Amino acid sequence: MAKSMTIALAGNPNSGKTTLFNALTGARHYVGNWPGVTVEKKEGKLTYKKHQFTAVDLPGTYSLSPYSIEEKIARNYIVNESPDVVVNIVDASNIERNLYLSMQLIELGKPVVIALNMMDVAERRGYKINHEKLSSLLGVPVVPIVATKKNGIDDLLDKVLDIINEKIIYEPKQVDYGKELEKKIEETIEMLKENPKASKYDLRWLALKVLEEDEEILDLLNLNTLNDEMAAAEEISLEDDIEALVADKKYNYITGILSKTVKKPTNYSLTTSDKIDKIVTNKWLGLPIFALIMYSVFYFTFDLVGNKFLDMIDIFFAETVSTWASNALETIGASEWLHSLIVDGIIGGVGGVLVFLPNIICLFLAISILEDSGYMARVAFIMDRAMRKIGLSGKAFIPMILGFGCNVPAIMGTRALEDEKDRLTAILVNPFMSCSARLPVYTLFAAAFFPKNEKIVVFSLYLLGIFVAIIMAFIFKKTLFKGETMPFVMELPPYKIPSIKGITVHVWERVKGFLIKAGTLIFGASMVLWFILGFNFSGPADLTESIGAYIGKIVAPIFAPLGFGNWAAALSLVTGILAKEVVVSNMSIIYGLAEDPSAAQFAVSLGQSFTQLTAYVFMVFVLLYTPCVGVIGVIKRETNSWKWTGFSILYQFVVAWLVAFLVFQIGTLFGF
Amino acid sequence: MERTLKDLRLKENGKIIKINGSGPVKRRLMDMGVVRGTEVYVEKKAPLGDPIEVKIKGYSLTLRKEDAEKIIIE
Repeated sequence: MAKSMTIALAGNPNSGKTTLFNALTGARHYVGNWPGVTVEKKEGKLTYKKHQFTAVDLPGTYSLSPYSIEEKIARNYIVNESPDVVVNIVDASNIERNLYLSMQLIELGKPVVIALNMMDVAERRGYKINHEKLSSLLGVPVVPIVATKKNGIDDLLDKVLDIINEKIIYEPKQVDYGKELEKKIEETIEMLKENPKASKYDLRWLALKVLEEDEEILDLLNLNTLNDEMAAAEEISLEDDIEALVADKKYNYITGILSKTVKKPTNYSLTTSDKIDKIVTNKWLGLPIFALIMYSVFYFTFDLVGNKFLDMIDIFFAETVSTWASNALETIGASEWLHSLIVDGIIGGVGGVLVFLPNIICLFLAISILEDSGYMARVAFIMDRAMRKIGLSGKAFIPMILGFGCNVPAIMGTRALEDEKDRLTAILVNPFMSCSARLPVYTLFAAAFFPKNEKIVVFSLYLLGIFVAIIMAFIFKKTLFKGETMPFVMELPPYKIPSIKGITVHVWERVKGFLIKAGTLIFGASMVLWFILGFNFSGPADLTESIGAYIGKIVAPIFAPLGFGNWAAALSLVTGILAKEVVVSNMSIIYGLAEDPSAAQFAVSLGQSFTQLTAYVFMVFVLLYTPCVGVIGVIKRETNSWKWTGFSILYQFVVAWLVAFLVFQIGTLFGF
Repeated sequence: MERTLKDLRLKENGKIIKINGSGPVKRRLMDMGVVRGTEVYVEKKAPLGDPIEVKIKGYSLTLRKEDAEKIIIE
């Protein structure tokens, strides 16, 4: 058989699906997004007994109801793409709830093999599972595995092959939904037999979905008009709605099977996880511990490791690479402009953004450890009440905090939010959290203009950023993203020690994404900026005579109502879009100062065009306006939409202008 | 007066008899094992008082009080 076969991997979150996927495919996998949405799609190849397989990792879900994107993706993939076998990974230590998804998968009609994972954990907790009996009662192959130790993987693949080669007859048992409901199912199946669109699918499954009034299925079958009649028939004699009844019966069925196949431990003792939670989410200790962990993450990312490497990379690009490239270019006799483009434009620009790479790696390392250990779910638990006040879920808290470091990884961190509306809101307000690149601007301005109150001035800016983020989140949830969002009903998975391999894969996938996608955009933007700052329409020119200066003069009037309508400020802000800290170095260049001017020099030179008030207004503007290209790139990547990217660029500019205007007018009114 | 999951005290057990409401919240609750006849145990409250953590079907689930109010307990 030369044909490549497809295995779809389905299972609950925290069931070890990713571990199994990695164990199956090794490093040979490809990560992308599902078409049209930003849910991760992983695919990998494997060869077993000379057979070629493609493994597709479906999103982790608890169910296949049509309410969340992940669940729709998983369901539609199995129904429409018809994988040869669905491997359903089931957490043996949490078998009852995990089998609920299994029953739904089996109902889809495609062959299912159950991989009973974490048998070791289940046994340690005192569960005894008779997997052979389970298999015969379900009518589905069940293979015990321990994905972390790669135990049972071959058995699993053998069963998959047996099904494909028809060595096993696949005959799953059906859930008995009780007399009344079964009668309805029969009737609906009869009706569906006449529907030409239904022939492709498993009729019993379709009938169930029609009875549950699953909108997607009703649309698919053009059944909307028939619906009234059926709905009327439905109401008779059923004590609850059909959706609830179906769920009840499924769980009853599972409980029935488990009573014959699983021996539960007689006395429940506290698991290690419970003991940890007694302290970590404790009423009094929960918040202090959380604060301590957040502080450690920041200290680790920005102080301990990040900034050390930051200097190293900076020097590496500014000296080593630049010198090397200069020499190489001179040897081949490159012209002066090409030399400048490559050394100043590209190496300078891309290097300027890559200096944040160590921070990003550290941050992701920390986040991945928190996520894989199970602590992230507790953060959501602890912070939900506070976050709900602005209409977001507790899961949005970490990305917001991370924004103080760098908005790029912070925005990538919003992937933890399952709800698309929550996620967009969190992405759009994130840049208001003042990232570390904006700090150099505040420090210099505050030192120059507010020599006695530097700290208060800088602190007030951070607070203002949080305040604006809260207000905007609130507005978004009331306008653009109105309507019902996913409820906060969340599993608190048991704590576990993250595996080094899992963490490495996690971090690398995210960092790679940043390097490739954001990298190309930054590369392009660096070239454009190099051009507008070094040229005018007659050729190479000084900064003050460049197209950039020209643009600065054109846009300067926009800032006049804010009190700093001079072209130097305007141009610095334009260049600040490349990276926020550039605002300071460009101002220094324009005013003819050294690249690292002292606060006193800075105050003297800028004193002609700035007062205390306008300096503060300028800082407010730097805090709030259009994010840097790195962030723009990552917003594009994470929203998968130019529309939202453009929106983010524009609305932040408008918000910055309005707030700065307000501050200026109020300040003037009070005579500052 | 019907008793709801929200009314259960800490460390108290209850048996679910019905979930009120409809749509995504109800569906989500059922998908997570909150169905008729299931025992539920209130483990703790979050440090800020909401949400709560319950044990159900052998695992830990967290939900907000406003949603717990929809779950009728025997």
